[in-house]
Amino acid sequence: MSKVMHNDTETKGLSEGLKMPLERRNFLRYTGLGLAVGGLALAGCNDVMEDMSQTQSASAIAADMANMVDVGSGDVGILNYAYALEQLEAAFYAQVLQTQYYNSTSAPQRVFLRDIEAHERIHREFFKMAITAAGATPIKDLEVDFSSIDFRTKNGVLSVAKAFEDLGVAAYNGAGKLIKNPAYLTIAGKIVSVEARHAAIVRDFLEYNTFVGPDVVDQSNALEKSMMPAQVVAIANNFLKEGSKLNVSNLPTE
Amino acid sequence: MNILNILAEIEKVDPEVYERLDQRRQVFKHFAGFGKKLATAAVPLAMGSMFQKAYGQSSGLSKQVTDVLNFALTLEYLEYYFYDMGVKTRNLFVQADLAAITIIRDDEMKHVNFLKAVLGSSAIAPLSANDFDFTGSKGGKRAPLISEVFRYRQNFLALAQAFEDTGVRAYKGGAPLLIENNTVLEAALNIHSVEARHASHIRTMRRGGTQANGLPKSWITGNEGGGPLPSVTAPVYGPGMPADMFPSEANVTQAGIDLTSIPNVTADQASEAFDEPLDMATVLNIASNFLK
Repeated sequence: MSKVMHNDTETKGLSEGLKMPLERRNFLRYTGLGLAVGGLALAGCNDVMEDMSQTQSASAIAADMANMVDVGSGDVGILNYAYALEQLEAAFYAQVLQTQYYNSTSAPQRVFLRDIEAHERIHREFFKMAITAAGATPIKDLEVDFSSIDFRTKNGVLSVAKAFEDLGVAAYNGAGKLIKNPAYLTIAGKIVSVEARHAAIVRDFLEYNTFVGPDVVDQSNALEKSMMPAQVVAIANNFLKEGSKLNVSNLPTE
Repeated sequence: MNILNILAEIEKVDPEVYERLDQRRQVFKHFAGFGKKLATAAVPLAMGSMFQKAYGQSSGLSKQVTDVLNFALTLEYLEYYFYDMGVKTRNLFVQADLAAITIIRDDEMKHVNFLKAVLGSSAIAPLSANDFDFTGSKGGKRAPLISEVFRYRQNFLALAQAFEDTGVRAYKGGAPLLIENNTVLEAALNIHSVEARHASHIRTMRRGGTQANGLPKSWITGNEGGGPLPSVTAPVYGPGMPADMFPSEANVTQAGIDLTSIPNVTADQASEAFDEPLDMATVLNIASNFLK
């Protein structure tokens, strides 16, 4: 049921690109499904809570979640989830460009770091504008916590760049099937391949010819490994301050 | 097997292939058509058919899905045989190059095997090395489009870049057609990003490795191929059909948002930040130059 019900919010701006003659919102109006959405979303949440209670008490989770940023549900939730990850990446590269390492490294590395910084900043601003244009609300500006990153050395910077780029690719790959609107799926596809291009060159800078390493690509079938939102934020939240950590429990799970 | 046009081949097993793969029509079918039906039909009945559409996959893959997968399989064969011939050509590559091309060759082989396994009896007849002519001369029936592609590293890599970037655009264009089947969609996305990693690395090789500056970058700047490319591969970076759905790689407007309106963003950066999908017909026109 949740597969259908999570379509409660139509985002106009992106769908205009496909000139959809009838919006999902109208569909909901016709069927009266909108009335049922609240109850079902709640049911979906209960499922997640049940799963999580295997490792944590419900009250502890409730306390944690109250202080987290809920990316929301349905397609808009996916867009906000992507927006959150792009915020993280953009903030990282913005900081890299301020470092002594950046200023003293080789010209080819400076070129690629500068380019990637621009790409991630564009992705971040794009999502913010697209979510707003769609009549939905973007999540807040996230506060990052990069205290664990060593910005002084090539290995310190590039190993985190690699982690972020690989994480981004795995996240988009895992989120694709959760998207209901084909226009959004296309947008995600347009971005994920650029993240994969980043990932490959970062990996090649760290160790040449590791662009499709076994940690990211299943060696039996040469398919890249996906990650679901819960797995992704378990990593991403390590780089976000309290109050900016992500809660993805309302996103679709299939 | 004589394949001048793979779509014609697919048409033999699916006469409605063109209609099925028209994205605009698909969107219409999934959204508008469903809404129209819904306006007049009883809700429980409509819900039933919707669930059938979403979950009725156990009976096998739909024609639309097998069409897209056969299209992808054709491209994977093309890439695999190209790299395989490169790997087997003496003195084309130094060791680091050979290692990379072998990795990519093996990935393409695994993609072929994966797609064949998913398609099962719906797969097109296997292609062999003899079905391809990477000089573009169609087995000597016309003048070669690229001379000595297996003699000069730069010629080989230029064509490799064209194939990888085409593959990325092709999977991206195909993904929305797979939206009905989560399992297949995810697998296609998982191949798509591997092709993008290949494209990035081939571009790095082409500009002389990680210590070299210059072109091509590992991403696509505007719609230019980053140095001399075979002219026949120019459409790799151009618009598809229809052009409003499949703009050229130089596109800087996404979901109606002009990315160059963002402060401190150039048109080059805006185009690099998003890759563009390409429709099947345009992709197959490019690929057919290398089929005998």
